[in-house]
Amino acid sequence: MPTFRRPRTTWWKTVVGLVLTALMLFPVYWMVNESLTRDQDMRKTPPNWFPVHGTLDGYRAVLHQQLPYLGTSLFIGLGTVALTVAVAAPAGYSLAKLRPRGGGVLSFALLIAQMIPGIIMAMGFYAIYLNLGMLGSVPGLIVADSTIAVPFGTLVFAAFMSGIPGELLQAAKTDGAGQLRTFWSIVMPVSRNAVVTVSLFAFLWAWSDFMFANTLDSEGGAQPITLGIYHYIGNNNQQWNAIMATAVVASVPATVLLVVAQRYVAAGVTAGAIKD
Amino acid sequence: MNSTTQTGARSVPGMKGVRGVRGARGAADVARRRGPASGRRLSSANWAGWAFLAPVTVYLLAFYAYPMYRNIELSLHHYTVRSFVHGGAPFTGLDNYRTILSDPAFGPALIHTLVFTGVSILFQFWIGMGLAVFFSRHFRLSATLRALFLVPWLLPLIVSASTWSWMLNSDSGVVNHVLHGLGIAPIDWLTSPKWSLASVIIANVWIGIPFNLVMLYSGMQAISPELYEAAELDGATAWQRFWKVTFPLLRPVAAITLLLGLVYTLKVFDIIWIMTKGGPAGSSATFATWSYQLGFGNLLPEFGPGAAVGNLLVVMALAFGLVYIRAQRKQREA
Repeated sequence: MPTFRRPRTTWWKTVVGLVLTALMLFPVYWMVNESLTRDQDMRKTPPNWFPVHGTLDGYRAVLHQQLPYLGTSLFIGLGTVALTVAVAAPAGYSLAKLRPRGGGVLSFALLIAQMIPGIIMAMGFYAIYLNLGMLGSVPGLIVADSTIAVPFGTLVFAAFMSGIPGELLQAAKTDGAGQLRTFWSIVMPVSRNAVVTVSLFAFLWAWSDFMFANTLDSEGGAQPITLGIYHYIGNNNQQWNAIMATAVVASVPATVLLVVAQRYVAAGVTAGAIKD
Repeated sequence: MNSTTQTGARSVPGMKGVRGVRGARGAADVARRRGPASGRRLSSANWAGWAFLAPVTVYLLAFYAYPMYRNIELSLHHYTVRSFVHGGAPFTGLDNYRTILSDPAFGPALIHTLVFTGVSILFQFWIGMGLAVFFSRHFRLSATLRALFLVPWLLPLIVSASTWSWMLNSDSGVVNHVLHGLGIAPIDWLTSPKWSLASVIIANVWIGIPFNLVMLYSGMQAISPELYEAAELDGATAWQRFWKVTFPLLRPVAAITLLLGLVYTLKVFDIIWIMTKGGPAGSSATFATWSYQLGFGNLLPEFGPGAAVGNLLVVMALAFGLVYIRAQRKQREA
């Protein structure tokens, strides 16, 4: 990131920026605040602006009722990452470096695929899974969730891998490495940033998915956390502190991954993998 | 991309879907750079190339083309729950499409879809633009604050939607408390047909702002600072600098941001479904939620009409999508 010479005093911009950020993040603050509020204070007028009589009851409810959902979501997220990378990485390599005739058609198909409303996919998958008896199955949900990430992932891999110097691949070839070996031992290690970027988003989208889960897994034995929250609301459960506590917990992966992996995302951006 | 999270697709939004953007551009790039293959090694490279493409090709056929095909097939047959499970639904041609076009819910759903999309985009875009201008010159903490603005976009939609539901609650919601403090009578945000559409739009705008900010901000970073210096020397005010320098140069990026926003806002489903289920009385139903309502929301599912509505939505999304792809090509060639 280029650093510009810092113009004169801009402390007022920092102040304005802080205010704007506070306004924007108010709903997030409110979610946390409400998750710590006692039942009897939830409907108070005026509301408690700060969790002065904070309670962890909401979080206790999460621990007791939502842990299995969280486990399922984790499993679905990791499964989606594995499937997405396995399908998208070789395809990206081919589109970027091998460029077979007709590959352009596939790129175009991937662009189009990204524009299809999820609701259509959900209905199609429902019809298919019903016939296959796969409704309520976790692998079925992993496949459906991966459709959000595979076109994106392929295009990111393609963009990233097109930056790998041709000499590197040529050298591998000269040393007698076949295509598969070149891909596995040269291309993949070099593309670590793209792998992390794609994995990050594939995981987040699978973790956040509500539509596929609600359509394909609403009667399943193992359900993700998004359905956990939805049932909480749907059951006319008036324990909003527990609902908000679940929401806070469900937001943790997004936050953690952003903080921990921001470096990779940034690296991906500068490498041209995900050019804004 | 959706990701520009979520639009990224996903979804700004909706954002969800939006997240596709960045990758999408990369691919157009790759496609463009494909020169004519050198003759000699063509066939072996082709073999290897398609071998590596085989998984994604099979994947697209099995998990994109086939569900799409099933959906079209659903919309051309008269399905009942029984025939859905056991097969044998009679072919009825375009009957389902006729049914939905003459359904009294059609007009309102169309209008809601257009209003939801148009108003969401309008606010997301201009708020995002204002913030991008604000952040375009560095100041202390600017990078950190800009990163924090991404949070709404990264949260699972169910989290954002249920938080907004609670904030907009008629009796105990914080929004009505604030309005009360300002002397405004409480509003039944989610339970009155007058306000339900506005409520889901507010939540959707909030989720969509980060995507617009990121896209427009990065577009602005590509504008040479010398242009601003020159404008400043000529005595241009900040307002003039925006309209005479920033805006014209940002047009290609702005066009792409808007078109992707359109494609991804059209298909927003989660937020509306979680907050209002399209209600009350269909007052916030868009094509996306109406389609879902028909297929899954009632005791007696109407898969055929539901699929038909969904396919109309696909046509709308693809129409804007193709305009987007054209705009992007043009920009790349320019």
